[in-house]
Amino acid sequence: MMEPGTYFMEGNTACAEGAIAAGCRFFAGYPITPASEILERICERFPEVHGSYLQMEDELASIASILGASWAGRKAMTATSGPGFSLMMENYGLGLMTETPCVIVNVMRGGPSTGLPTMVAQGDVNQTRWGTHGDVGVVVYAPSSPQELFDYTIKAFNTAEKYRLPVVILSDEMVSHMTEKVEVPPKDEIEIVDRKKPEDPPEEYLPYRPDEDLVPPMANAGDGYSVHVTGLTHDEKGHPSVDEKTQSVLVTRLIDKIRKNADDILEYEEYKVEDADTMIVAYGSVYRAAIEAVDMAREKGYKVGLLRPLTIWPFPEERIYDLAREGIDSFLVAEINFGQIVYEVERCTGGASDTYLAPRMGGTIHTPEEIVDRIEAIDRGEIPAFKE
Amino acid sequence: MSIRKSRDWFSPDYMEQKSKKEGTYGLHPLDNYLRKDRIPHIWCPGCGLGIILNSYLRALKNSDIAPEDTAVVSGIGCSGRAAGYVDVDSFHVTHGRAIPFATGLKVGNKDLVTTVFSGDGDLFAIGGNHFIHAARRNVDFNVICVNNFNYGMTGGQAGPTTPQGAKTSTTPWGGFEQPFNLPAVAAGSGAVYVARWTTYHVEKLIESFEEALNKQGFCFIEVLSPCPTGYGRKVGLKTGKETMKYYKENSEIKPDADPSEVALDPEDPESKIIVGNFVDREAPTYQDERGKVFGEARKKMEVDG
Repeated sequence: MMEPGTYFMEGNTACAEGAIAAGCRFFAGYPITPASEILERICERFPEVHGSYLQMEDELASIASILGASWAGRKAMTATSGPGFSLMMENYGLGLMTETPCVIVNVMRGGPSTGLPTMVAQGDVNQTRWGTHGDVGVVVYAPSSPQELFDYTIKAFNTAEKYRLPVVILSDEMVSHMTEKVEVPPKDEIEIVDRKKPEDPPEEYLPYRPDEDLVPPMANAGDGYSVHVTGLTHDEKGHPSVDEKTQSVLVTRLIDKIRKNADDILEYEEYKVEDADTMIVAYGSVYRAAIEAVDMAREKGYKVGLLRPLTIWPFPEERIYDLAREGIDSFLVAEINFGQIVYEVERCTGGASDTYLAPRMGGTIHTPEEIVDRIEAIDRGEIPAFKE
Repeated sequence: MSIRKSRDWFSPDYMEQKSKKEGTYGLHPLDNYLRKDRIPHIWCPGCGLGIILNSYLRALKNSDIAPEDTAVVSGIGCSGRAAGYVDVDSFHVTHGRAIPFATGLKVGNKDLVTTVFSGDGDLFAIGGNHFIHAARRNVDFNVICVNNFNYGMTGGQAGPTTPQGAKTSTTPWGGFEQPFNLPAVAAGSGAVYVARWTTYHVEKLIESFEEALNKQGFCFIEVLSPCPTGYGRKVGLKTGKETMKYYKENSEIKPDADPSEVALDPEDPESKIIVGNFVDREAPTYQDERGKVFGEARKKMEVDG
């Protein structure tokens, strides 16, 4: 990894360096704006750290090959943007179903389709949760700065290894293309988590029998455990089974693995919440405008706080449920889309507070003034609460 | 009785006693390579997949590669189920993605002797782009393509290898698209080893698999295989046996044939099924080339500090 110290670094570079620091030694990707710099940085750096990278023929292949590399025992990553992320939905599902640790970076740009390749948006938030078919439990981090791209890429690898799943880093064009101060800590200060290995001998090992934490220990290919891995519904042996009970046991565990460990995975930050009656909810690049909007609104006399989910999924649902019952009258969700996390906030309030949206269609982020204007308009009763 | 007595080495009684003494009673010679609790398999009577899997496992056994150093990756379809029966690290992945998965597996652990075992639809329709690029990169693994000329598992639809004129469930009036000539696709994309056999040519098939297992680089073997249920019954080959007879009578072994001239043309009564090992050449693999460039890069970094 890089020498510890303070650097002036682009977000995408910080992401690649975070991956190297986390022990990522396999990368497969396909060029796409605004994520290409991650691939380029990896290509430049991997000879030195004895890593393997492949520039694949498309994103379908990129994600398939990181799943393969993960089963070969490597820490593996791919990086893309919306159009590539849409292609990856297929094997995102395979990775979740086969419990394959890896990291997928999605640097969001304007959509739908080819959209705004060089400009920011946050339109893929619900895709990370619901984009692949079937019921899944997922972990998605939304960093807001190059420093967080470094730190949370390491964290994403640790979570992927600990809970055995593909973890998504949901960056956006603005965070990824911003150049800022990044502190690279000394190696011994970086926590590294590795997947649990089986303790049973091969003849007793059941590759999908979970421990108490609902995560099964993982034997890599070549370890002599003769594992069978399938995207079909499978039993504890890993054998396919067309059976309602096996389906129920497996899918319930895949969801519970995240749901019941949410206390360990979930991360959010709050700002000036103590006396607030209005909470802004923002993540990714918009968080940077939102935190300034809080101070500006307070100067105008509004009691505004900020809730910022760092894990978008799992979502801080209990915290919002509690806030809605502890004096928060309204939530204002500022996001660069036509309303995605706002549905989640509204669901969590259960009608105990009003929920409002500050939408934006992509291209640029909200300015702090626009968010304050929205708060004033809500105060004047000019904007109906979010009902759709 | 007298016959059996005079040749008692051949009698079931003798074999039973002998195998009990040797501790191999009730075992198939390939039992150590199969997940016995997954047998019986799902393949239809007359299907060629059993012959092909058997041949692959015999080649593996002959090659002395330890099962723990072996991996099999399959896509989706009847052939895709092969990964579920072999008792090695085995991966049954998404439709068409066996090759990029195997690429990651092999590049991630160069010691794993990796074989992709899948069907013509999986490898050449939905997975076609991955095939040509893996061949171009010359990643060191083998691809066994079971070509039964149709999508068997989903009910006998036409695929990228279905001959023109053939009736299938999606070409009820006869197929009209030009099919792939698979050895030409493989050779043209850069495969270092290209062969075609049918399930009739078992000995040759085992030899070919062994050669591929021992060869560095991207090796491709097409195996024509009967599919009486999905394809054969609609084209006049109602049983596996009839299809085997067809292969026997219509095949011609031509090891030096130009892959571009081995296209199958069942509509032409004069045309033969050309089989053989068409390509066997040496070329640096992806791993060789990358190692060279990365090594140079590391040297340069040291010089530059």
